[in-house]
Amino acid sequence: MTFINYASREINCKIVYYGPGLCGKTTNLQYIYDSTATQAKGKLISLATESDRTLFFDFMPLELGTVRGFKTRFHLYTVPGQVFYEASRKLILKGVDGVVFVADSQEERMDANLESLYNLEENLRSFGYDLLKVPYVLQLNKRDLPNVIPTRDLTVELQRKGEPVIEAIASSGQGVFDTLKAIAKQVLTELRKS
Amino acid sequence: MREQRYHQIKAVMARLRLDASARLVVLVDKDGQQIAVHGELGELDTTSLASLVAGNVAATGGMAKLIGEREFPTLSHEGERESIHISVIGRILLVVVFDDRSSLGLVKLRSKQISQELAAAFAEIERESEFPSGADALPFDEITDEEIDSLFSQT
Repeated sequence: MTFINYASREINCKIVYYGPGLCGKTTNLQYIYDSTATQAKGKLISLATESDRTLFFDFMPLELGTVRGFKTRFHLYTVPGQVFYEASRKLILKGVDGVVFVADSQEERMDANLESLYNLEENLRSFGYDLLKVPYVLQLNKRDLPNVIPTRDLTVELQRKGEPVIEAIASSGQGVFDTLKAIAKQVLTELRKS
Repeated sequence: MREQRYHQIKAVMARLRLDASARLVVLVDKDGQQIAVHGELGELDTTSLASLVAGNVAATGGMAKLIGEREFPTLSHEGERESIHISVIGRILLVVVFDDRSSLGLVKLRSKQISQELAAAFAEIERESEFPSGADALPFDEITDEEIDSLFSQT
């Protein structure tokens, strides 16, 4: 739930990057972190295993500046992608304002994408959210790899409700900010309805 | 949250900090958003603290459910010099950071004493947010692509 502090004229929104293991959720955050001016960002907190797999979540606060007199902060989270971290993955979705689903475009990861998307819908439902109503963006990541499924086919398989679909190569930053902008816009637009 | 309530809550936090001889008092919501902070901040990154406290409470809450408890209402972490005590008050987490000028017992006691007052204040805030006044209207009705782009160019 968006937290609006009228006293200090601040808006804080929670964005969660979701997707199967090794799809590039943390890489998205890392790129945003590396390319953002120091004064606009807090620390990038990564609760990861020794082999750099996300154990609980990554977290990064991002201050975007002022829109119509309100200071806007986005709190970016990733979930652990590996299937067996289900319990902790679900917790991160609590109070979410917008979701980015990061899909791995490689052919052999298609089943993992579908499983993770199904899992996202289930977990959102357990908190009373409906994926069809939550601000949502689909990112097709790893477009630079040789064995990727064509964008059109992936879109047909994974798009749920006409959400923006953005092609990305998170490791080089391509599509990363387009994704963030697309979700930010939906979240801010959603505020007027609440 | 409106200005008047914000100041009311800050006053309660200031009193708790004094009574508990604490270094810092932070209020966080269960989703990890920092609501208010009072005390010796120093270099402390309270935004990250808020997110980790919420993650911590969510994780221990998950453990509680696994063993058949609804939740663990308080959590404490004692360090060599600095310690943290967290109380769950409905949707709100009251975080007290203290050092050897205080003790866990005192912090627990004072946190408990103030919990009801905070719970009542937040119940009021929730009630007020159900009946928004004209002053609460958010000016996002016709937010444009240019405005979103300009947000990003400010970073």
